[in-house]
Amino acid sequence: MSTPLSPVEDIKLASRHLRGSLVESLADPLTGALRDDDTQLVKFHGIYQQDDRDLRNERRQQRLEPAYQFMIRARVPGGICTAAQWLAMDRIACTHANGTMRLTTRQTFQLHGVIKRRLKATVAEINHALLDTLAACGDVNRNVMCTTLPSPASARTEVTAFAAALSDHLTPRTRAYHEIWLDQQPVINTAEELEPIYGDTYLPRKFKIGLVVPPDNDVDIYSQDLGFIAIIEHGQLTGFNVVAGGGMGMTHGEHATYPRLAEVLGYCDKTEVLKIATAVVTTQRDFGDRTNRKHARLKYTVETMGLKAFQAEVETRAGVRFTPARDIHFTHTGDRFSWHMELDGTAHFTLFVESGRVADVGAWRALTGLREIANAALADFHLTPNQNVVLANIAASNRSRVTEILTQHGLDTDRASQTRQLALACVGFPTCGLAMAESERYVADFVTKIDALFSDHGLPDAPVTLRITGCPNGCARPYLAEIALVGKAPGRYNLYLGAAFDGTRMNAPYREALNEIEILEVLAPLVARYAAERESGEHFGNYLVRAGHVPAILSGVAFAAAAQALAAGRGVAA
Amino acid sequence: MSTTATVPLEPPPNREQLARVTQAVADFTRDELIWTSGYLAGLAVTRGGVIVPAVAPADAAKNARTLLICYGSQTGNAKRVAEALDRQVTAAGITGRLVSLADYPPRQLKQETAVLFVVSTQGDGDPPEDAVSFFEFLQAANAPRLEKLKFGVLALGDSSYPYFCRTGQLLDERLIELGATRLLARVDCDLDFAAPAAAWNEEALKRAGEQLRTQAPPRIVVVESAPKATTLEIEHPTLSAELLLNQKITGRASSKDVRHLEFGIDGGALPYQPGDGLAVLPLNPSPLVDTVLALLGATGDETVNGPRGPRGMRETLLEDVELTLLNRQFLTAFQARANHPRLAEVLAPDQGDKFAAYLESNQVVDVLKLAPTILTLDEFIRLLRPLARRTYSIASSLLASPDEAHLLVAIVRDAHAGEIRYGAASNFLGDLAAGANVSLRLEANLNFHLPVDDNAPVIMIGPGTGVAPFRGFVAERAARGARGRNWLLFGERTQHEDFLYQLEWQRQLASGLLHRLDVAFSRDQTAKIYVQDRVREAARDLYAWLEDGAFLYVCGDAKHMAKDVHAALTAAIREAGGMTDEQARDYVQTLQRAGRYRRDVY
Repeated sequence: MSTPLSPVEDIKLASRHLRGSLVESLADPLTGALRDDDTQLVKFHGIYQQDDRDLRNERRQQRLEPAYQFMIRARVPGGICTAAQWLAMDRIACTHANGTMRLTTRQTFQLHGVIKRRLKATVAEINHALLDTLAACGDVNRNVMCTTLPSPASARTEVTAFAAALSDHLTPRTRAYHEIWLDQQPVINTAEELEPIYGDTYLPRKFKIGLVVPPDNDVDIYSQDLGFIAIIEHGQLTGFNVVAGGGMGMTHGEHATYPRLAEVLGYCDKTEVLKIATAVVTTQRDFGDRTNRKHARLKYTVETMGLKAFQAEVETRAGVRFTPARDIHFTHTGDRFSWHMELDGTAHFTLFVESGRVADVGAWRALTGLREIANAALADFHLTPNQNVVLANIAASNRSRVTEILTQHGLDTDRASQTRQLALACVGFPTCGLAMAESERYVADFVTKIDALFSDHGLPDAPVTLRITGCPNGCARPYLAEIALVGKAPGRYNLYLGAAFDGTRMNAPYREALNEIEILEVLAPLVARYAAERESGEHFGNYLVRAGHVPAILSGVAFAAAAQALAAGRGVAA
Repeated sequence: MSTTATVPLEPPPNREQLARVTQAVADFTRDELIWTSGYLAGLAVTRGGVIVPAVAPADAAKNARTLLICYGSQTGNAKRVAEALDRQVTAAGITGRLVSLADYPPRQLKQETAVLFVVSTQGDGDPPEDAVSFFEFLQAANAPRLEKLKFGVLALGDSSYPYFCRTGQLLDERLIELGATRLLARVDCDLDFAAPAAAWNEEALKRAGEQLRTQAPPRIVVVESAPKATTLEIEHPTLSAELLLNQKITGRASSKDVRHLEFGIDGGALPYQPGDGLAVLPLNPSPLVDTVLALLGATGDETVNGPRGPRGMRETLLEDVELTLLNRQFLTAFQARANHPRLAEVLAPDQGDKFAAYLESNQVVDVLKLAPTILTLDEFIRLLRPLARRTYSIASSLLASPDEAHLLVAIVRDAHAGEIRYGAASNFLGDLAAGANVSLRLEANLNFHLPVDDNAPVIMIGPGTGVAPFRGFVAERAARGARGRNWLLFGERTQHEDFLYQLEWQRQLASGLLHRLDVAFSRDQTAKIYVQDRVREAARDLYAWLEDGAFLYVCGDAKHMAKDVHAALTAAIREAGGMTDEQARDYVQTLQRAGRYRRDVY
């Protein structure tokens, strides 16, 4: 191989299955940071080293190192947790982290602001609550996503079980995690320790799996590296349409990088799921690009190999042949808010959590209210792919009590517009080291302005998918939003327009590096035309494509070409 | 009145030379004669060679004829007073010997007949660093009897500390216990020591002269009337310096406000060494002045007679008098008028601890509140001491930062009974913006300079703002290209918010200028951990460094830290060296005497 491996590959190889010098790094009293190599390895343990970027300059002047702190992400397959687990995360957030919980777009919890000397206790306590953080980040399979409630009950339960099985099957086998965080006996000879699926250097890059039950596409199935679309016939799960090669991340100005939607490999019987997942993972392990981390996701492997060759490789490895994909239809994205009844008399309540931040904010006291519901064990807690939470499986006899608690904590009524409920934002400033512009701290204001813009044109509650990320890596799946802002510099964003509302088509790069005023100026005439020209039930993104304001982006390569044309000043050809 | 005992001189000079000298000085006044004697001695030095006594007398005889002047000095004041005394002694024709208590073998004391002591008191009533061994010797149960000894003690101190001049007092009392006799009464000097010290020197010289004359062979010229020196001016380089930077260096969530201050100075005019201090002349906090004015029912426009003569009341309170530090004289004088039960309680003769506690937690304003209206403004002002300079350790090196002096200042601003308590100097400095000019006076700290040998290892224990001189040390050693290893032990409350100069230490560790850094953050875990715990943990390495010739420095709090570190150090040496308690104590004393265990504690 002529191109050298990425430096992270060397770190993984030398790490003795993710141990590195983490123990020494954690014990170093002179710094709140880890050693450089360990910052890479600790991701595999579900932890990111960050610093409070609001304080960076101030602390430099104070001759203090940056305010190092850690983000800890739990692994919660399908986002399903018990009231006891919710309570444990709440307590850990309040004792070790910044007193809030962040529900993520991958149906899990993130805790922010944990300082180094509290890391070990935090991870140990999360494990004590029967959750863990292993492989919540890093070059491995991340948290497995699954369509959340409400959806047809029996089939959903089975699909959820597949999510848990996939998660278990693809968990790294190293004992490093247990040694470092849980004080378990060290493995004497790590050279004999086996990673049967991953091998010693794990995957070239992160890997994401989702399962979805149509007609909901709440998990944005086409954004996953590997997606399983449940096929339900006569109320029974028979198998899945398998899709592969999706992914959101890209890098500004590098046109060899692009977001890409997963492509269909075919249908498989439900008994083949683990075999196929293993085959896809090992194919990526062996064919993925380990020289350039910006070109290492499965989407580039599929693009490089070609879909047919990739499919054949997977079939060979799995010993399974795909049959033609079944017909499926997605009609819904996002979450279904408020109350929904099941036939057995139980009920679910989906609570809108702006940007997924569970906190007490003025009269809206989600942290306290949900704690009270969990304390009384009135519901299970299902985290949704859209940063919200479902209070699940509420017994009929408990409904009034839940309603009462929701009311007491200002959580009962949703006055939020549909656009606000659909909006997603990544965490961004001040903790994310990648952020170039504000996201979570900005999204609420920006939604207000977008709502006003649509109102001004007589569309007071038009549902629009709006997503903001602080960088192009795509944590909030921005390239699947009808309107997306992707951070370029403080106060400046690239604007992407025209994705399908149901998440089946990406948006198109539209303008670069605009400030808020410019964004609103650009959008105003488009919204005006939409108000005047839209067809019945036509969503904003679909209108923009139909009317030729933006091109229909049907592949990652097309997205990259559009981005390049925009950067070159040729504009976007519809 | 003066009578001169004529003394036969032994050659040289010969009779003819002596006649020329006698003729040349025939019309000189007494002062001129004294000056000339020094001048001639200086000439002798410039012509080379060493001045040696004509006859080397036996030790005992020499002791009998020599006036020994011993000093124990921390900031250099006692040393300078002793040096002035020595000059006067020499000028008076008495054979004097000036020695630091650090260099004086205490066992010789029983041979001495005449000794004058000039000693200061540190921090919590402790002896200065260079006198610690001497005091331990003297306080021991088996200290020798000193029947032959005649002595005098001049005590220096600061009456705003609870144990004012305690070292001098203890010395004075202990020598009497051991059978020695006073040549003259002890005098306790406060911060304005120049005049009382000069008066004591004069008296001491006279008494010592009498003493020595009765014993001495007649070869010593004794001038009956000592030279008249009414004041004793200690020379400190002082200049007005521009503040270049006032940067808080504790984090946002810190419980402390610690400032790094950089001053632009002319390095030639303020030629400091790392370890030295700078004395800052502050202004009193203006809110405090307002409170005092309100209590007194004054407007501030009144004219009062303060230390600087008639001035406005507000200016006097702001610039001229001490408002934040209490002392016994003020309390006693105030109580004489107020007759307040609370003050009666703390001033009662057997209430040393209560008095000390009161002094520490109260300021002038608290006393004034007890009886705000009993004094006229002039009476009140007269009770207050002149505003004194505050000394801070310099945190820089002139070699590394030419023409700059850095200070590390913890802003003292405590809540006290619901009100804000200000430390005068720290708040004065903390409120200054870059560009302000501040009067700085160099306070040399000869006991606390780096070893001359750049290859010697250095161990620095400096928790809190005690780390200041060590920043200068490490910078200086780096700039000198010193090859000796540097080991710093630092402690504070939290690593995240209070790690003073964290980035600098990290860089110096990475670049090999600092070889080891041990830290103790007391509030980062349930059990409190302090530097002394790290000293104990590092016993083996510490002992190995000391065996390699390391110099050990301790800077910071005298009340607890220095004592705890001292105990931990002794324990560490005992353990690592496999010694008995006594051997370990001897080891530490030997270090102290060799100048390899130095402390700057306050």
